Amino acid sequence: MAQKTTRQQFFKGLWAENPVTRQLLGLCSVLAVSNAVINGVAMGLAVTFVLVFSALLVSLIRTIVPNQVRIASFIVIIASFVTIADRVLAAYFPQLSKAMGPYVPLIVVNCIILGRAEAFASKNKVWPSIIDALGMSGGYVLTLLLMGFIRELLGNRTVLGTQILGQWFEPWVVMLLPPGAFIMLGLIIAISNFIDFKIKERRKQP
Amino acid sequence: MNLLIIFISAVLINNFVFYYFLGLCPYLGVSRKIGPSISMGMAVTFVLSLTAVSSWMINHWILIPYGLDYLQIVSFILVIASLVQLVEMFIRKVSPPLYQAMGIYLPLITTNCVIMGLALLAALKNYNFLETVVFGVSAGIGFTLAIVLMAAIREQLELADVPRPLRGAAIALITAGIISLAFMGFSGIIK
Repeated sequence: MAQKTTRQQFFKGLWAENPVTRQLLGLCSVLAVSNAVINGVAMGLAVTFVLVFSALLVSLIRTIVPNQVRIASFIVIIASFVTIADRVLAAYFPQLSKAMGPYVPLIVVNCIILGRAEAFASKNKVWPSIIDALGMSGGYVLTLLLMGFIRELLGNRTVLGTQILGQWFEPWVVMLLPPGAFIMLGLIIAISNFIDFKIKERRKQP
Repeated sequence: MNLLIIFISAVLINNFVFYYFLGLCPYLGVSRKIGPSISMGMAVTFVLSLTAVSSWMINHWILIPYGLDYLQIVSFILVIASLVQLVEMFIRKVSPPLYQAMGIYLPLITTNCVIMGLALLAALKNYNFLETVVFGVSAGIGFTLAIVLMAAIREQLELADVPRPLRGAAIALITAGIISLAFMGFSGIIK
């Protein structure tokens, strides 16, 4: 892998290698908790916490752990951090924790985290691993918030519980339901592909 | 009666893919052709049933009696990972053709949220043993139904002229959304 600067390391997670729209990782949670912005914020924080700390720990122990058992040990590390996040959320924000149902524990099997641990943190030093984790979770949170914003606005006329659109706007209930999530994510991916094609075309003709 | 309700609800109404959004990675990844998607569905159904049994036993015989509920996440994931490994070895020894058909999908299943999701949901809903087993089997059938439907549509989509930015994942997700919309029609079956 070519050596990248810290900035490139961070920003690749936001756009070029965005875990949700480009790598299609962690879709379950993005679709499931994006029906309101507040859920998205909580989920984003939980994933960021787990991703950053597991990247830190995985990269610290990467030289000690034998190659054959590395996946198993990564999973145990991730599961421990997820348990911490889940318990903290259940203790301080019981309502939010209830609204998110099984999706916080499910961060364990979120492919973003194991994917980054395996592909990046297990091969790199601590500092780049943390930057990479921050970038990846940044990209994840960005997509999650965008989805939450659009779905809450169109489905409920509100953003973070405050009414934005007036009474004239007939809420699209379907946006709050599962089909709305699928279609919205499909459109977001299509739009980001479209922008990418445009950028490439512009680069071709100087 | 209760079991029948669990069955219908897990297959049609609260389908794991369309309602809980679980198992989307293999759902989008392996749904290009009907053949492999059937194998994937079989493999998932098989592991789901086994997981339902073993996670229930662990939860009710070990974790709850000793007040270790907070270890649920760690112990479920370890059980699932070792279970998948065991099943893989067993099938390879016993039936090579079956291994050919679903072998490559088995390791993928470990990190499949369907399996973990089933274990957690069954624990959350406080199902008894029989209910958990029915829940597991019907969740698997629901997943198979969803993935085969999707593969059938995607085979047709190959021939269609899809706009370039929509190709691949985007159109697949929108298709899933439309199927999900159709599945919502079932929600009136059970009150």
